[in-house]
Amino acid sequence: MPTKKENNKNASIKDRKCNNKNGITAWERVEIARNSNRKTALDYIKIIFDEFIELHGDRLFKDDKATVCGLARIGNQNFTVIAQQKGRNTKENIERNFGMPNPESYRKAIRLMKQAEKFNRPIVTFVDTKGAYPGIGAEERGQGEAIARSMFEMAKLTVPIIVVVIGEGSSGGALAITIGNKIIMLENAIYSILSPEGYASIVWKDSSRAKEAAEVMKLTAKDLYDFKIVDKIIKEDKEFEDVALKIKSEIKKELKELQKLSSKELVEQRYDKFRNIGEYETYSKKV
Amino acid sequence: MIVDKIKKRDNKSIIKKDNKVDIPEGKWIKCEHCKEIIYKEVLKANNGICPTCGHYFRMNCKSRIEIIADEGSFKKFNINIDTVNPLKMQDYKEKLEKFREKTNMDEAVQCGTCKINGIETVLCVMDSNFFMGSMGSVVGEKITYSIEKAINLKLPIIIFSCSGGARMQEGIISLMQMAKVTEALTKLDKAGNLYISVLTDPTYGGVTASFANLGDIILAEPKAMIGFAGQRVIEQTIGEKLPDGFQTAEFMLEHGFIDKIVERNLMKETLYDLLRLNGYKKV
Repeated sequence: MPTKKENNKNASIKDRKCNNKNGITAWERVEIARNSNRKTALDYIKIIFDEFIELHGDRLFKDDKATVCGLARIGNQNFTVIAQQKGRNTKENIERNFGMPNPESYRKAIRLMKQAEKFNRPIVTFVDTKGAYPGIGAEERGQGEAIARSMFEMAKLTVPIIVVVIGEGSSGGALAITIGNKIIMLENAIYSILSPEGYASIVWKDSSRAKEAAEVMKLTAKDLYDFKIVDKIIKEDKEFEDVALKIKSEIKKELKELQKLSSKELVEQRYDKFRNIGEYETYSKKV
Repeated sequence: MIVDKIKKRDNKSIIKKDNKVDIPEGKWIKCEHCKEIIYKEVLKANNGICPTCGHYFRMNCKSRIEIIADEGSFKKFNINIDTVNPLKMQDYKEKLEKFREKTNMDEAVQCGTCKINGIETVLCVMDSNFFMGSMGSVVGEKITYSIEKAINLKLPIIIFSCSGGARMQEGIISLMQMAKVTEALTKLDKAGNLYISVLTDPTYGGVTASFANLGDIILAEPKAMIGFAGQRVIEQTIGEKLPDGFQTAEFMLEHGFIDKIVERNLMKETLYDLLRLNGYKKV
């Protein structure tokens, strides 16, 4: 049994030996973000919100437990919450498919996000997945379509959307619920096109070079902030509860700003945010 | 140095497929399905379909435009942007140059307007010969630009997808192109323009999980491989062999994710019919 004090700690750099004197390496962040003791979405939800009622099912096929959705409240502000949920032990991990969503996760999220719009509730999503599940059933039921549709529907929503990246944000499986007006990221969370192992396997045909891949992939919160994808980094220099409370105050602060925008402006702000992402150079026409 | 040159030439003059038979490059090509040796001119005249077994060879951008657009009607958009190296990956630039030399294209997609039996449309065609048709910043920007152009010009848009997914070499920026193109499609949707997505072999990953699956109408070529996760990844995850026909166009049709499988020789006429029945007229 962990003691109460240990329980209040998130997996952080304090638990690890820091190899790099100049700071934490990208690979070390990967290890922290994946640490089985790292707090999961439900741990954050418990502290951030005064109330939370989970709502189940996509109304089409099943309830996928890799994503938790529901209604929540901070003070007298109601929210719809969409959260990718990893297990906190083996039993939970099996139930939650190690936090790897099947298409039903995204369809449940779409259903409840549209409901949020109907009742004019802001949405908070928590991103924590190593990716959408690569399985036969997932392909049969349109994993690609589910992810695409989730982004498409999020892009159109007329309510504020705040995204919080708390652990691993990997690939399309994470991106599907990242189409927010504001993106907040924990200092030790990561966000990437693919796992470093997958990346090394594709680019260098050698998955054992994952560590090296992590260093070049630019997957840390700081990297994403520099690319102007992430709007705010939350430091993890304190106990877990304090970090969760920092997220809470950040959600309140961002929401206050976003509520100044009209429905149309919210959609436009989100459009501009993603429209402007891209690194290329323009050249004058060659004759 | 001379030895290097000879070595290079040697590599170029031989096509190696699955380490089986080596055929001198030039006028002949082997069908990877029925192993028949085909005269290239015959294959070209047959729209890249094996005359013996009906196998579809992957089509490059130029040939695709030739069989879809009315002759001489394709007008490329002036999008003068060039790929950069946001992750500062070693040899990314060299690889790009190699693909440019090989394909005579600047990136993995070509975008412009054209006419299909007289009906004007925006057309984007991806090419798997260029970096596996992967989507980085330039591909994302060009497709987004084309969607915006379709809105401004009040034209329908047809996108021929063919891609391994998001381009690894540009990391998170590539992933975000999925969101960017999807955002643009919501505007197209609102404006009420028709979007026909055509899936060709192969369509995977970030392209499958974004614009390829968001067409008002989704078509596919017969037997095209279409999926989100790659087959090797799925096999490794579940620890078993995949069933026959998994992730083919026929599989997608059976599971309800595409509207119609269209043979290559009928694609132009089908697109024309669909444009027409959606109320678009000859200009």
